[in-house]
Amino acid sequence: MSSPAVAVPSRGKPAKANLSGAPVRRLLAPAVIFMFVWMIVPLVMTLYYAFRRYNLMMPEVTGFAGITNFKLMFTDPTFWDSLINTLVLVGASLVITVSVGLGLAILFNRTFAGRGVARTLAIAPFFVMPVVTGLIWKNMLFHPVYGLLAWVFRHLGLNPIDWLAQYPMLSIIIMVSWEWIPFALLILLTGLQSLPEDQIEAVRLDGANRWQEFRHIVVPHLGQVLYVVVMLESIFFLTSFAEIYTTTSGGPGTATTNLPYYIYQSAFFQYDIGISSAAAIGAVILANIFSIFLIRFVAGNLNTGSRR
Amino acid sequence: MAIVELKDVVKNYGGKGSDAADNAVDSFNLTTKDGEFIVLVGPSGCGKTTTMRMIAGLENISGGTISIDGRDVSQVAPKDRDIAMVFQSYALYPHMSVFENMAFALRLKKLPDAEITARVQEAAKVLDIAHLLERKPRALSGGQRQRVALGRAIVRQPQVFLMDEPLSNLDAKLRVDMRAEIVKLHRKLAVTTFYVTHDQVEAMTMGQRIVVMLNGKIQQIDTPQRLYEWPANIFVAGFIGTPSMNFLRGKVGADKRSVANEHFNLTLTGARGGALAAHAGTEAIVGIRPEHLSYLAPNDPIAENVLSGVVEVVEPLGSVTMIQVQVGPYRVTAQIESHLTVAMGEPIRLRCQTDKLQVFDATSEQSLLQAPAAS
Amino acid sequence: MKDRTIGGILLTALAYFVALVMFFPILWMLLTAFKTEQNAFTIDPHFLFVPTLDSFRVALEQGSGYLHYALNSVVSAVVSTLVGLLLAIPAAYAMAFFPTKRTDFTLVWMVSTKFIPAVGVLIPIYLVYKQLGLLDNLAGLTLLFTAMNMPLLVWMVYSYFKDIPKDLVEAADIDGATTLQTMRKVILPLALPGIASAGLLALILAWNESFWSLTMTDHTAATLAVYIASFKSAEGLFWAKMSAASVLTVAPIIVLGWFAQRQMVRGLTFGAVK
Repeated sequence: MSSPAVAVPSRGKPAKANLSGAPVRRLLAPAVIFMFVWMIVPLVMTLYYAFRRYNLMMPEVTGFAGITNFKLMFTDPTFWDSLINTLVLVGASLVITVSVGLGLAILFNRTFAGRGVARTLAIAPFFVMPVVTGLIWKNMLFHPVYGLLAWVFRHLGLNPIDWLAQYPMLSIIIMVSWEWIPFALLILLTGLQSLPEDQIEAVRLDGANRWQEFRHIVVPHLGQVLYVVVMLESIFFLTSFAEIYTTTSGGPGTATTNLPYYIYQSAFFQYDIGISSAAAIGAVILANIFSIFLIRFVAGNLNTGSRR
Repeated sequence: MAIVELKDVVKNYGGKGSDAADNAVDSFNLTTKDGEFIVLVGPSGCGKTTTMRMIAGLENISGGTISIDGRDVSQVAPKDRDIAMVFQSYALYPHMSVFENMAFALRLKKLPDAEITARVQEAAKVLDIAHLLERKPRALSGGQRQRVALGRAIVRQPQVFLMDEPLSNLDAKLRVDMRAEIVKLHRKLAVTTFYVTHDQVEAMTMGQRIVVMLNGKIQQIDTPQRLYEWPANIFVAGFIGTPSMNFLRGKVGADKRSVANEHFNLTLTGARGGALAAHAGTEAIVGIRPEHLSYLAPNDPIAENVLSGVVEVVEPLGSVTMIQVQVGPYRVTAQIESHLTVAMGEPIRLRCQTDKLQVFDATSEQSLLQAPAAS
Repeated sequence: MKDRTIGGILLTALAYFVALVMFFPILWMLLTAFKTEQNAFTIDPHFLFVPTLDSFRVALEQGSGYLHYALNSVVSAVVSTLVGLLLAIPAAYAMAFFPTKRTDFTLVWMVSTKFIPAVGVLIPIYLVYKQLGLLDNLAGLTLLFTAMNMPLLVWMVYSYFKDIPKDLVEAADIDGATTLQTMRKVILPLALPGIASAGLLALILAWNESFWSLTMTDHTAATLAVYIASFKSAEGLFWAKMSAASVLTVAPIIVLGWFAQRQMVRGLTFGAVK
């Protein structure tokens, strides 16, 4: 974050308060100060802790730690596992949600009787509390004996799978994808529906076939929307927590420990503020890699929507 | 009713390294008479709307002072200036009925209900919108919205009216009607009014005095008649009047009365006769309005102050006919009587009404004529 | 333009099928909620059964504490949304109608705080809350929800304000209205539908929030997310009860969410997709 650019009135005169309308600063200040106190101050404190010796179990050990916390973190195999798990979870969920979401968006972009109802049903999972998602899937669907999937497998003559034990990461990915396919679907569908009608007609008059129409009009238009979906989902997937907390608790072993869960464990089970802060800084950096692009995109779009 | 005085008013949006050359409005000086109808006119970006918004207080001034009836209001908030404004978009509150739109300012002033109702109904009657009071703005036609916007201004009984291109969203016919109606309204209320427009016809027909602006600077402040007869510079001369004045470049002759080059020789007469005394040999631009050129029959013996050329375009308008004639390198527009038949490609001679000619310095583009003192 | 070819019918059927598959886990939860515990926990699932409200009764009875958690959820979601709007509306008003050179920066900065992962600020907030006695405190949790939703609220309200011509603010100004009067009598009535949908979205997100509830509360201030999460070690003992509690928790939000679909796209993508 750069510091706010300070606008100075060009000549010596002090800037006069705007005569007309609003005391801009007084209107803005509460929101800005609130966000500063609740987000920026803690962020800076995290950074500070990351360079401190600070373990709640050993309050007598304090002081500047240099890069010790980072060194410890980098030599902790669990950290590396969690980093890889995080990337696997983000990558796989992205591929699944975007491709399935795109397919569904195209499917639901047709006009057919009862489309509204069908779409509404398909979107519902997004509104389910992640904690509930975790429990429903873990117990009633994934359970190796009493779960519905086990029953389906038995009927197909296959051996039921103990999903969370045998394929823990895949199970998490399935749950996360189930929640987020609707998001991709909804946004991509909105994107498809905002396709400029006149462009489609123009390209048809020019004699383009279905494929050329898709290739030259739909894809470039949807490209922007896809970009937004990928960036937003990445940021949300990076911070997946509830689905893991309620199902595998990061296990078995470290099979489903992602970065947020690693930080949570370091802080709340090992009471090591220093290391968990170092890892938190890592998580922020990881998120920033995506959000910088997204924020640029949002900033670029800022005024295009308005008439003035 | 009030006298509005703008003294050396400057607006500068103050980007990086901006100086006086970037002034959106530059040293604007004007003192109105009480109850005067002032029109600010000029092409878009000339600063006319900014000037009005500074009078309203919607825009801070960067320099100078604005006073209303002797009270310096430069630092007074809009709501305390006792002004009312009609916006180009009308800016009617969409969620309020016509009545509530007009009553809004009065309610904020906490006037008694009876008086609010009386004032709104009075204004509605004047504007012929009494039957619309319960409607919402979206249920009104453009012309009706326009009237409501006017009504909202007049119920306030302010000292000054500001109108920012109020007619530009109406169709042509309605615009002409409303023009007359606003003038009538102004006669009746006699409130000092500033009226912004880019349309010179509107300016000429409505303004008691007109301020012509270009690039933030006042070009001329005068009555419509004097703007037409004695434009201060080429810009004003070209801006006022349709079709536009014709401009021909030449040199002031040794006789100090004529301007000529190889294609024409025009001699000033009448009140303008002695104006060029000090300018013999100066590069000058002669201006002739199309309506001051007339058709000369081929056999007519008159040979002085004549432009000869070839007809390029003929546009019969019914009452008159507009023709464009190529005179040497110049395309000259002339307004001739409609019974005359001229054909494209034919040679033609046009006679100039020499007591109406304008002469401008070719470099400064300022008029070389002396306008008689305003009566 | 309905498609009546074979291919069209197949595609329609596929759309229905996919919708059903996506919805099935929710449906299954709903069915289970109406079963007895014995019916819910069977090797061969019962699709046809006599529905009973027993599980709902159990979930809601005094000892379950459901109402305690529900109340916390309602209070934290509603209050955080209202506080958020109270802070966001003036800020959005200033930025939309009185932009300065710094406005774009401020807005982008606000939006960007949404992208700081919660874990990035978890530890200091936990420690400071502990110092201030705000752990397991409903006010503390509510303020966190407010911070979480603020960027969204500011952005959404800003974008709705941007759709209102500035002329109206100026007209009100000249008509003699103070800033507060302009806001209350002119702008808010016009932006109300937009503000309502922004609030609805914030409400949904706060209700479903689990990270902060799980880490910052224990019992006193715990929300439904914490209560439902406590079933994680149930291992089949209380499936019907768990389902009933979940249905009660999820159903109102799904219904609200269906209403908010369109605005959600606009809000969650910060206007990148409209």
